[in-house]
Amino acid sequence: MADAMLETRGLSRRFGGLAAVQDVSLAVARGKVHAIVGPNGAGKTTLINLLSGDLRPSDGKVSYQGSDITGWPAHRVAQAGIGRSYQKTNVFREFTALENCALAAEARLPRLHLFRAAATFRETAARAERALALCSLETRRETRAASLSYGEQRQLELAMMLATEPQLLLLDEPLAGMGPEESARVVDLLKRLAADHTMVMIEHDMDAVFAIADTITVMVNGSVLASGAPQAIRANREVQRAYLGEDAA
Amino acid sequence: MPHLSRAALTALVLATGFLALFPLWGDTFYIRFVTKIMVYALFAMSLDLLVGYAGLVSLGHAAFFGIAVYAVAGLVNKAGVTSAFVLLPAALGASAMAAAAIGWLSIRTSGVYFIMITLALAQMLFYFFNDQKYWGGTDGMNIDQRPTLALGDLTLLNFGSRLQLYYLALACLAGAFVLLAVLLRSPFGHALVGIRANEGRMRALGYDVQRVKLIAFVIAGTLAGLAGFLEAARSTFATPALLGWHESGHVLVLVILGGMGTLYGPVLGAFVVLLLEDYFATLTDRWLLIMGVFVIAVVMFLPDGLAGLFRRVASLARGRGRSAGDG
Amino acid sequence: MSLSYFLIQTLNGVQYGFLLFLVASGLTLVFGIMGVINLAHGAFYMVGAYLAWWFARATGSFVLAVLLALPITVLLGLLIERFGIRHLYARDHLHQVLFTYGLILILNEVQRVVFGNDVHGVAIPPLLAGSLPLTEAQSYPIYRLFISVACVAVAGALYLVIQRTRLGMVIRAGSTHREMVAALGFDIGRLFMVVFGLGVALAAFAGMIAAPVNTVYPGMGDQILIISFVVVVIGGIGSIKGAFVGAMLVGIADTYGRVLLPTGAGVVVYAVMALVLLWRPQGLFGRMA
Repeated sequence: MADAMLETRGLSRRFGGLAAVQDVSLAVARGKVHAIVGPNGAGKTTLINLLSGDLRPSDGKVSYQGSDITGWPAHRVAQAGIGRSYQKTNVFREFTALENCALAAEARLPRLHLFRAAATFRETAARAERALALCSLETRRETRAASLSYGEQRQLELAMMLATEPQLLLLDEPLAGMGPEESARVVDLLKRLAADHTMVMIEHDMDAVFAIADTITVMVNGSVLASGAPQAIRANREVQRAYLGEDAA
Repeated sequence: MPHLSRAALTALVLATGFLALFPLWGDTFYIRFVTKIMVYALFAMSLDLLVGYAGLVSLGHAAFFGIAVYAVAGLVNKAGVTSAFVLLPAALGASAMAAAAIGWLSIRTSGVYFIMITLALAQMLFYFFNDQKYWGGTDGMNIDQRPTLALGDLTLLNFGSRLQLYYLALACLAGAFVLLAVLLRSPFGHALVGIRANEGRMRALGYDVQRVKLIAFVIAGTLAGLAGFLEAARSTFATPALLGWHESGHVLVLVILGGMGTLYGPVLGAFVVLLLEDYFATLTDRWLLIMGVFVIAVVMFLPDGLAGLFRRVASLARGRGRSAGDG
Repeated sequence: MSLSYFLIQTLNGVQYGFLLFLVASGLTLVFGIMGVINLAHGAFYMVGAYLAWWFARATGSFVLAVLLALPITVLLGLLIERFGIRHLYARDHLHQVLFTYGLILILNEVQRVVFGNDVHGVAIPPLLAGSLPLTEAQSYPIYRLFISVACVAVAGALYLVIQRTRLGMVIRAGSTHREMVAALGFDIGRLFMVVFGLGVALAAFAGMIAAPVNTVYPGMGDQILIISFVVVVIGGIGSIKGAFVGAMLVGIADTYGRVLLPTGAGVVVYAVMALVLLWRPQGLFGRMA
């Protein structure tokens, strides 16, 4: 694809004899939301980990904005503008919400400052505040992350990612474990983010997926079963049998 | 992230004032002894940057302390250099280089692995000095002359004066305290604390975790080297035991007893432990036995050290039962 | 260097390697199963050696001395586990380091108080006292061969336990998951006690059988502890196979180092360790964390 922001070719990852991800080739178009769905154990999170640099692929290539990033360590991938969120909430529990976001924003300083107080970096602080506000957490800024509600912690997870100002978002089940009200709020946020971000999103909530996604890839047993526009996926017999049908039943 | 309360600040100012005025009434023995304690406090504070803030439990920190002592010993005895303008940079440089090499090998691992590797690599330096007759072997060697600090004929500092040495140690300790306080407020300091809390998340945010750790390791090693330089000037004696793992264990005890993750904890730990050791030694030749029991008691009953005890007392006094947590 | 001299040094290196394996396997086992780093491991080596020396002198029989000293040392280890280390399982490694460091201070001082500061030799049992002639001029002491044989026997027994028993299954899995341990019918507290006792027994036994060759002396535990750390770091933490390979590497490197580089001998094994780490930071058979 000409305007692919992120592209994988033949991406595979084996753990011992088990292939968690097998020969996955994807093209994520710039500015689009690309959802990855599939049953548990389909290799979706492993795929995200391969894209984010948390895991090294056994085989295949990943390219981002035209350059080969295969095997890059996670911090380099993040510095290149790819942010990720985790399925299991992964925030700094002892820090306040604002401190969490500040830590994230400071990651994007052009070099590591040793002697200048962090608080004097105005732009960084503003970025942290913006991320908090974007995720509707501005009233909870001084609250320790451990004391936030589950839904708020999930929002903080997203806010931290946004504070690093990434262009491409890797979202691992952003709605996991949320109640309907919180869910609606986050779907709304994701829609707003979709306006100026490219996203790869794993999600089980099919209503949300069909509401947000431009492209859907269905994974089963580590491989891509089908990939295409939401209507095409909805109509795909094979997908209905292998996945959607089961889920609906 | 750490903030200094008003009470802590007051206590700090009072303690510094006390130390600054102590020589007015302290006798010779105690001026010397407190100088030694301050050297060890500085040494312990440097280790706390690793253990208390970065979460890197090094069991080889004495290597950087000892190598600075040997750098001074070597230059004075073998090359006849006594100017502190040369000795101090040489001592710090030797420690920094050793820390960079050992750090580079060890920070790629973590947890127990890190503990064992720092111990083993430090022990390698120990054997280097222990086995070579050139460096005095197991017996070590006297440093023939104290450092000098002069501009032309003007003596800036007389290392032979116990009073001047006392204030030099105090100035270094206070300087290191300020330096670390500055570091910990910087993005680098935040990164360290973040890494201790959750290394993987820090990577995902874009932090080069290995690099941050290595920088911390080298800074800590260099500060230990500063303590080593003072130790050389104070004791004028270099022995392999200074690099040995008992010394590394000992300084870890100072950090833990005082309270890791605070800058004043290691200083407190140094004062309490060295004074206790001195007292135990007057009771029996077997004072290490008492120290062993003491160390075990601290681990069992005071795992957060004296600083943790103070925090608990303070929060009780404020009528809040809940502890402030360890983050 | 003549061929027979080369042969003797190699035999010495292998024998030292076997001995190191006994000590290091105990260390790595305790860490692999219990997640505890035990700095006092070397102290048990020392306690075993001193008790064996003392009983040998009192009873006149080295074999009897080993039979008496081994259970006493293990009992001491179990008491320490029960009243101390057990409370530290859930704690940070830092606290385990400090606790066992305190133990070393205590055990070293107790040793000095009870047995004094002298170096003591232990008589080789008469049955094993001879030498095997290698050439007309050189021979090799039987007792050194015996050490290797004894170590192989213990290693073999350890292998059988690990491969053939349910305890071994837990050890192989390198797992402390409560569910799995419970599913195999073990009480986790009991399992830890057994493993810790086994670790102590391995260290103490090594100290005992080495005593006739190495003598007993203050500080002997520290020296063996650190060299065991090197072995475990080379082999990979928690891996028995790694402990074996690491021990052989260190035993041989150290022995040749002493012969070829007398003034830098102490540094050789650490240089080997540094090289291995450059290549594989997690050790030869270690799992990446």
